[in-house]
Amino acid sequence: MSNFISLVVYGLADGAILALSALGFVLIYKSTRVINFAQGEFLLVGAYMFYTSFVLLRLPLILATVFGVLVATALGLVVERFVLRPLIGESALSVIMVTIGLSSVLKAVIQLFFGTSVREQPPILPTSRVSVLGATVPLNRLLVIVIAAGVLAAFTRFFTRSRHGVAMRAVADDQQAALTMGISVPRVFAMAWALAAVSALIAGVLLADLSAVEQNIANFGLIVFPVVILGGLDSVPGTIVGGLTIGLLKQFVSGYADPGLAEVVPYLVLVAILLVRPYGVFGETRIERV
Amino acid sequence: MTGPAVAPVVAGSTTATTDLLTINNLEVIYDDVILVLRGLSLAVPAGQIVALLGSNGAGKSTTLKAVSGLLPTEHGEVTDGSIIFDGEDVTRLDAASRVKRGLSLCMEGRHVFEHLTIYENLVAGAYFRGRADTAADLDMVFDLLPKLADMRARIAGYLSGGEQQMLAIGRALMARPKLLMLDEPSLGLAPLLVQDIFAFIKRINAQMGLTVLVIEQNARRALEIADRGYIMEQGRVVLEGVADELRDNPDVKEFYLGLGESGGRKSFREVKHYKRRKRWL
Ligand SMILES: Nc1ncnc2c1ncn2[C@@H]1O[C@H](COP(=O)(O)OP(=O)(O)OP(=O)(O)O)[C@@H](O)[C@H]1O
Ligand SMILES: [Mg+2]
Repeated sequence: MSNFISLVVYGLADGAILALSALGFVLIYKSTRVINFAQGEFLLVGAYMFYTSFVLLRLPLILATVFGVLVATALGLVVERFVLRPLIGESALSVIMVTIGLSSVLKAVIQLFFGTSVREQPPILPTSRVSVLGATVPLNRLLVIVIAAGVLAAFTRFFTRSRHGVAMRAVADDQQAALTMGISVPRVFAMAWALAAVSALIAGVLLADLSAVEQNIANFGLIVFPVVILGGLDSVPGTIVGGLTIGLLKQFVSGYADPGLAEVVPYLVLVAILLVRPYGVFGETRIERV
Repeated sequence: MTGPAVAPVVAGSTTATTDLLTINNLEVIYDDVILVLRGLSLAVPAGQIVALLGSNGAGKSTTLKAVSGLLPTEHGEVTDGSIIFDGEDVTRLDAASRVKRGLSLCMEGRHVFEHLTIYENLVAGAYFRGRADTAADLDMVFDLLPKLADMRARIAGYLSGGEQQMLAIGRALMARPKLLMLDEPSLGLAPLLVQDIFAFIKRINAQMGLTVLVIEQNARRALEIADRGYIMEQGRVVLEGVADELRDNPDVKEFYLGLGESGGRKSFREVKHYKRRKRWL
C-alpha cells in the first residue's frame, strides 16, 4: 500500500510537469496551428536561464524567477516574430521542419554557453520526506504538484476571465471573425508563444529541481506528444488529463513491471490512440451544425 | 453627424443627409488576377438603412470585405478607388483601425466563435475597446436580445441558426459601431425568423440611429426596411435609388422580386439572358 501511495505521488508530480510542458504546446497549436517540435528545448532554455540567474548571478529566488520569466517571454516573442511570422501561409510541413530546426539551434546555443556536463544547482524545494497515508514521500514532489496545479489554474482563469484570454480563444476559433472585432491576430500569436515559453520555463525549472540542470531536460519535449494526443492537441483541460495519465502510467509500469518498459509505454499509448481516435480522446469537439 | 436620424425621402437624391460611407470607383482584385469589383461607387447616408442587392457572385461580399479591411486575408487587394468613412480615407487602414473608427461587419454565415459562450462572444466583440467599461453595452445588447441574456452561458456553436445570427449582430453592437454592415443576415433561416431579423435591424436603426448597410438575397424584404437600395452586377452598380421606387421598378420586379409579367421567380439563366439585353449595363 505504501508503495502504491508513493508511486501515485511520483506519478502525479511527473504528470504535473508534463501537463505544464504540454500546456505550452497546446497554446501554440490552438492559436496558430503550428506543431512546435521545439517545446522540449523551451524547457531546456528555461531551466538554464533560471540556473544563470539563480546560481551564476546569485539573484534571490523571487528575482531569479522574474528574470527567468522575462527571458522566456522575450524568447517566445522573438521566435514568433522572426521565425514563425515570416512563415504564415507556408505549408504545415515546412513550418514543422522549421520548428525542428529551431530545436537544434536552441540546444546548440545552450551547449555553446554551458557545455554538456551537469550543472550544480542547490535544491529550491525542500527535499525532506513527509509521511502521507502511511507512505514516506519527498516533500518536493508534493510541492511540485501544488505549484503546477496553481499555475494551471491561473492559466485556465486567464483564458476564461481576461479579455486577452477570450481573444486568444476567439482567434483559435475563427481568425476572420476575430479580425472583424478588431482583435490583432499577430498579437495573439505573439501572446501564445510568450505564454508557451513561460509555462515551459516553469516546467523546466521544476524538472531541473527534481532531477538536474542538464541537456536531458530537452527530452521531455518528446513525451509531450503522447500527452497531447491523449488530451487533445487543442484542449487546455486535456493537458491535465493527458499529463497525469501518462505520469501515473509511467510510474505504475516502472514500479510494478519494468522501468525499461515504463520509458516506452507513453509511446505505446500514443500509437494505440492514433489507431483508435486520431484527434485525441479529450480534444475539443468539432461542433458540426448548419 | 449632422443629418437627422430618419432622412426625408427625396426621390433620387442623397443630398438631404451627409454620407457616412462613400465608395468611389473601387476596384478589387483577388490573387493578382481576378478582377471582381470594377469601379464600384456607392454612398451610405448617415442614419439610413441601405440595401445592397445583386445576383450570386456580383461582388457584394467583396464590397463589404473591402470596406472592413478583410481583403488581405483572402489575397485580395484594392487596386483603385477609395473608401471614405466619416470624412476620413480608410482605404489603406488595417482591419482593427477600421473597427476602432466605427465600422463593424457581420460576415456571411454568421461566424460566431463556436467554442465560446454567448457571454464570451460578446466580450470578444468589445475587445478593441480595451479596459473601457462595457457593462452598459452588455446590458444594452441583452436588453435588445433578451433571449441571449437567458442563454449567456451556452456554447455558441450549439445555438440554432437564428440564435447565432442574433448573437453575431449583438457581438457587432458591442463594438459600438457607427456603421453596421450585415452580409446576408437571413441566410438559411426559416421565413418567420427572417421576419424577426429584419424587424430587429429596423429597430436598432430607429432606436439607436445606427446606420446600416445590408446585403440580401431576399430583395423584397430588404427593400421593405431600407431607405435606399443599390443593385450590383459584375462588380458595378447598375441601378440605385430610393427603396420604394426600386420596389416599383418593373425591371427590379421582374428580375429580383420575381414579380414579372411572365409570372413566377426567374431562373438564373433568365437573369443571364437579361444581362445580354444590357439594359442597365
Ligand atoms: N477569396 C477569393 N479569391 C478569389 N476569388 C474570389 C474570392 N472571393 C470571392 N471571389 C470571387 O469574386 C466574385 C464575387 O464574390 P462575392 O463573394 O463578393 O459575391 P457575392 O455578391 O457576395 O455573391 P453571393 O450572393 O453568392 O454571396 C465571385 O466570382 C467569386 O468567385
Ligand atoms: Mg456574398
